[in-house]
Amino acid sequence: MKPADPAEERLGWLLCSPAVLAMLVVTAYPILYAVWLSLFRYDLRFPDERAFVGLANYASVLTSPVWWESLANTAIITLGSVSLELALGMGLALVMHRVLFLRRTLRAAVLVPYAVITVVAALAWKFAFDPVTGFVNPWLGVEHAWLTERWSAFVVIILTEVWKTTPFMALLLLAGLTLVPQDLLDAARVDGANAVQRFFRVTLPLMKNALLVALLFRTLDAFRIFDTVYVQTRGAQGTETVSIVGYHALVTRLNLGLGSTVSVLIFACVIAIAVLFVRGFGASFSAGDDGGSEA
Amino acid sequence: MTMIRIRSTARAGHPSPVAALAAALLLALVVGLAGCDGGAPAVPTLSWYVFDEPSGAFAEAAQRCAEQSDGAYQVVVQPLPADADRQREQLVRRLAAGDSAIDLIGMDVIWTPELAAAGWILPWPEELAQQARAGRIQATVDSAGWEDRLWAAPFTTNTQLLWYRTDRVDAPPATWDAMIRRAERLGAQGSIQAQGARYEGLTVLFVSLLASAGGSVLSADGSEPALPEGPTRRALAVMRRLARSPATPPGLASAREDQARLAFEAGGAAFMVNYTYVWPSARANAPAVARHMQWARWPAVEPDRPSRVAIGGINLGVGAYTEHPALALRAAACIAGAENQRLAARRGGLPPTTAALYDDPAVRETFPFADLLRATLKDAVQRPRTPLYNDVSLAISRTLHPMADIDPARDTARLREAVSRALHSRGLL
Repeated sequence: MKPADPAEERLGWLLCSPAVLAMLVVTAYPILYAVWLSLFRYDLRFPDERAFVGLANYASVLTSPVWWESLANTAIITLGSVSLELALGMGLALVMHRVLFLRRTLRAAVLVPYAVITVVAALAWKFAFDPVTGFVNPWLGVEHAWLTERWSAFVVIILTEVWKTTPFMALLLLAGLTLVPQDLLDAARVDGANAVQRFFRVTLPLMKNALLVALLFRTLDAFRIFDTVYVQTRGAQGTETVSIVGYHALVTRLNLGLGSTVSVLIFACVIAIAVLFVRGFGASFSAGDDGGSEA
Repeated sequence: MTMIRIRSTARAGHPSPVAALAAALLLALVVGLAGCDGGAPAVPTLSWYVFDEPSGAFAEAAQRCAEQSDGAYQVVVQPLPADADRQREQLVRRLAAGDSAIDLIGMDVIWTPELAAAGWILPWPEELAQQARAGRIQATVDSAGWEDRLWAAPFTTNTQLLWYRTDRVDAPPATWDAMIRRAERLGAQGSIQAQGARYEGLTVLFVSLLASAGGSVLSADGSEPALPEGPTRRALAVMRRLARSPATPPGLASAREDQARLAFEAGGAAFMVNYTYVWPSARANAPAVARHMQWARWPAVEPDRPSRVAIGGINLGVGAYTEHPALALRAAACIAGAENQRLAARRGGLPPTTAALYDDPAVRETFPFADLLRATLKDAVQRPRTPLYNDVSLAISRTLHPMADIDPARDTARLREAVSRALHSRGLL
C-alpha cells in the first residue's frame, strides 16, 4: 500500500465511522456490559441481593469442576470435528477444483448441508441414531442407544458438525486452491514431482494462508458449539460444552453474574484461539502478506 | 426383539411426527387468528400459560369459566412446551422482564417458592385463599404455599404408584429390597422400570426414597442442607442396589417416565414406578399387558415406615404484572374448581386436588386406584421448598447420576456439599 496523504486518510476514517459506530453499539457495549455484570452477585430471582463481588464469580467458576469438564468436552468436539472437516473439506475442494463438467451444480450440491438450519440437522441426526426410529442401528447391525453414553454421544455430535460444516471448509479451501498458479504445478511436474509431492510441496505451502483462515474460522465456530449439543443430549452424559454451561447459568438459573462470567471466559478463550492462529501459525487475513497469494 | 415391540407400541400410542407438526401449525394459526380480532375488546381477555394438555380439558375449563363469568372475562389458553424445564425457562424469562401479558400461570408445584420469592406472582387474599384451601388434600395446599401465604389454587395433582404384573407376582412387594429380590428371582421376565436419567425424575426418586427412609433434603427453615447421615445413606444404598441389580435393564441411566412406560407395555417388566397416566396408556396400547396390570403403594424403604412419595401437579397462580389481577384471581379460582377438576380427571387423566372428588363415581371410573392414590397423596412429600429449587434439583441429579456409581458413604458428603453450594448460588451446576 502506498503512503496516503492526510486528507485521504481523514476521509477514510470518516467513511469508516458509521461502521465503527455500529460495531461499538452492537458488540463493544454488550461485551463491556457482560464484563461489568460478571463482577456482581446478581440473580434475577433475588434482585435485592445484588452486590459488587469483584472477581469472586471468576474464582467460583474457575474452581468449579463443571467448567473444566465442559472445557475439555468442548476441546474434544472442536478438535474432532475440525480435523475431520479439514481432511474431508480438502478432498471435496480438490474434486470441485478439478472437475470438468457440472462444476456449478456440484458446488451448489456440496453446499446443501451448510444451508440446513443447525437445529434441523441436529434433530435429523438424532433421529437417525435413535434406537427406535433410527436407521443407523439396523445398517450397522447393532443395538446401541448412541446418545446415552458419553463417547458414542460425542461421535454423533461430531459427525453432525462435520456433515454440516465441511462444505464451508471446502469452499474456503477451494478459494485457496484457485490461488495456486497452474504454471508452478506444471513446472513441478516437468521437474519430475509426482502428484503427492506436488500437493504437499507446491499446493499446500501456497495455500497456507487460506488453510489457516479456514481453520481459524471453523475452530472459533466449533468452540462455541451450542445448538447441536442442546438438541441431541442437552448436555447430559458428560457432553456439556462451555456454551451450554453459560446457557444454564444465564437462562435456567437466571444468574446474570455467574452467567456473564462464563460468557467472558468463553470470549477470552476465543481471543486466545485467534491469537494462537494469527501469532503462532502466522494466519493472515490480507492477501499478499505472506507471499502466499497473488496480488 | 424388544426393540421391535417397543417400536410398534410407540406407533400405536402416538400420532406420527408429521401429524403432530401439522396439528401444532394449525393450532398456532388458530391462536394467531384469535389474537387478530381487531378493535378494542370490551371484555378483558386473560392469557393462561399452561402446558399443552392434549385432551383439550384445560381449554374447555377456560371456556366454561368465561361463560359463567357473564362476560366479565375471556380466557385464552397459551400452550407451553411439554417439558417442565422448558416451560419454566420460558415463563421466568418473561416474568423477569415484567411481562404484563401473563395473567394466569399453570404452575408446576416446584415453582411456587421461586416465583413467589421473586415477586413474579401475586399472593392470594386471605378470603380467597381460605376458599381455595377448603376441602383440598393438605399436601396439595402445601405445594401452593410459601411463607404462610397461598400463592396459587391447587388444581391437579399427581404422584407415583407401584405398577406390577399379577401373572408374575402374586402380592406386591412392600419394600424396595423385597421388590429387587423378587425381580431377581424372576429373571428375564422380572425387570424393574424406574427413572434414572439425569433430570428432574432422578431428583424425584431420591427425594421419595429419602423421605421414605425418614430424612429430608433441607433443614426446617430451608436455608441449609439437612440430609441426615442414616436415612441419606439408606436411600443411596437402595439406588445403588437398584442400578446394579441384574433385574434392572441396562438403559436405566437414560430412562425417563416414558421409556419406563413403553418398556412395561412391551411386556418385559414385572415392576414399574410411574405416574398414573400409565394406566389409560396401557389399556389403549397394550391391552394384553393391562389385563395383568395391578397397582400398589410405592415401595417403602424401611418395612415399618410407610413410603412417602414426591407430589407433582399444576397449581394456578396469577402473574404479578397482569393488568387484571382481580379478574385473574377469580378466573383461577373458577378454573381450579371441583367441576373442572372432574373434567381434567375424566378427560386428561389428571388426579384432582379436592379430596371428596376421589369418591365421585366418574373420577373413580377413571382412577380405579382412587383410594390408593388419595392415601399416597395424604403422606406425600414436597420436593425441597426453596426459591433455589431448580439449582438444588440440578445439584442432586448431577451428583447421583449414574446411579450405578453411587457410593453411599462418599456421596452423602458430596451431596451435602453440592446442595449447600446450590443454596448459596456458588459455582456452576
